[in-house]
Amino acid sequence: MRAAAIGYLLLGLLALALPWVGLYPVFLMKLLCFAMFACAYNLLLGFGRMLSFGHAAFFGFAAYVTSWLITAHRVGPAAAVLSGMLVAALLGTIFGGLAIRRRGIYFAMITLALGQLVYFVCLEAPFTGGENGLQGVPRGTLLGLLPLRSDRVMYYLVLAIFVAVFLFIRRVVHSPYGHVLRAIRENEARAISLGYDINRYKLLAFILSAALAGLAGSLNSLVLGFATLSDVQQSTSGEVILMTLLGGTGTFFGPVVGAALVVSLQEYLSDLVGGWVTAIIGVIFVACVLSFRRGIIGELAALRRR
Amino acid sequence: MSTVLGIPVPVILGQLTLGLVNGSFYALLSLGLAVIFGLMGVVNFAHGAFYTLGAFAALLGLQYLGINYWLALLIAPLAVGLLGVLVERLLLRHLYGLDPLYGLLLTFGLALIVEGSLHQVFGASGQSYPVPEALAGAVNLHFMFLPLYRAWVILASVVVCFSTWFVIERTRLGATLRAATENAPLLQAFGVNVPLLVALTYGGGVALAALAGVLASPVVLVNSHMGNELVIVVFAVVVIGGMGSILGSIVSGLVLGLIEGLTKVVYPEASNIVVFVIMALVLILRPAGLFGRE
Repeated sequence: MRAAAIGYLLLGLLALALPWVGLYPVFLMKLLCFAMFACAYNLLLGFGRMLSFGHAAFFGFAAYVTSWLITAHRVGPAAAVLSGMLVAALLGTIFGGLAIRRRGIYFAMITLALGQLVYFVCLEAPFTGGENGLQGVPRGTLLGLLPLRSDRVMYYLVLAIFVAVFLFIRRVVHSPYGHVLRAIRENEARAISLGYDINRYKLLAFILSAALAGLAGSLNSLVLGFATLSDVQQSTSGEVILMTLLGGTGTFFGPVVGAALVVSLQEYLSDLVGGWVTAIIGVIFVACVLSFRRGIIGELAALRRR
Repeated sequence: MSTVLGIPVPVILGQLTLGLVNGSFYALLSLGLAVIFGLMGVVNFAHGAFYTLGAFAALLGLQYLGINYWLALLIAPLAVGLLGVLVERLLLRHLYGLDPLYGLLLTFGLALIVEGSLHQVFGASGQSYPVPEALAGAVNLHFMFLPLYRAWVILASVVVCFSTWFVIERTRLGATLRAATENAPLLQAFGVNVPLLVALTYGGGVALAALAGVLASPVVLVNSHMGNELVIVVFAVVVIGGMGSILGSIVSGLVLGLIEGLTKVVYPEASNIVVFVIMALVLILRPAGLFGRE
């Protein structure tokens, strides 16, 4: 236990120091946003064993809501991000309510189709800017006090929110609710026979996951200053699955590691190999499913237990 | 000229016919998905990628080897089907007995590999495949001039779909297949080579997707992402129809194509999403799908 505490402390110090050692802050913020996205996704896949193929809808639609409120209505950053998260939660309530009517692969196909629905809405709705998306979103001033234009200030804000989300998910998983959710994951029939209304538990997991994915998307658009169609695209849903799977589903740190790897890969590898990135991501997917299904952190934990 | 709700009847009939063409592709693809899923329990996310490969095989065969359309209709599905057998033997085989979600994830990775590579090699812009000479003209249906080629697509896919249904439901080979779906170890104990059967089924399902790709190549632009967009709609079709039934997947494919065509007349903005909306409605009213059993 003490070793874990020291580990967390070191990681925390590292995260605080990173912008001062020459790493590009915007890259770090993007990484944190995707790590948050993957953690939110892992709550659903890792602890609820529900494979959603449409999570980009929550991430991307929240990004649109935030960017639209800021550019068209001059809403402050805090209210805009919270609204994005709220809309994602609402969307999650509808999608979750539909998708949990089926299980397993059908669940995956339903979320995929609903995600594509949101994509088409974003493509054609009047407020999303069509193919161009919404550009030039100013970061503004947080609650009228803290100007966010400086990348370092923004980085520490994103870091603080990320840590809060990470701890929140830990808390949820360790709560009585989390235990029931994992019981449903292990054996649905048994959970029903124990008297749990499993649909309520699954729906809540879906809504939480959607809301946090929305928070990540909103923050990401605030960091980068734009919301585009690629945020709601199916490929983004695929990426978040890969991040979670590669790092380790059902582990707390796995999604963070996975997100760091995938985002870095896209950032640095694209200079080396150009357009082959998609194919390489596909190869990693296949390798991951065939040879280390527990993901990096999951396999390491299994090694340590041996 | 007669009208319905202020829309001229010929326009409605015209869009319905075009909807039927799309519906033929939905039917061919969802049929292959249903056959693969029925026997292997694998949701083949790479189905769209194999459809794309079929179209590319036809296009490249014509450009580099001078293989004509009719030959491509035979060779492309065979080649892609063979590739499918390899995929099953080398990759999918290792996932049997695991959570079916892994099959979905593996084939999703495969789709990314195929699409990413095609995109990188052939670029983002599409190329078109010339309509074969014998099918160049159009027939006068009095309410519209139907291009002969589109009529051929509808005819060919309906014939292929129902022959597949016939093979599975009415022949000895089909009976063996259905037996493998019910109880594979027992069938193997009777001396049937089940692993071979499974590999050939995957190859066959994938070949149907490639055939759809060849049929589509003269009416759509052949590019790396043509299959991806289609397969998402087909998944929705499968959720609506329920994957348990072969006939169900054919019928729902055709009917949803018709509905999509009708939406293009009434409210064009919604034509992209109408299938997804219907899926949501079906989930509320009849969660197991129209022809499904759960």
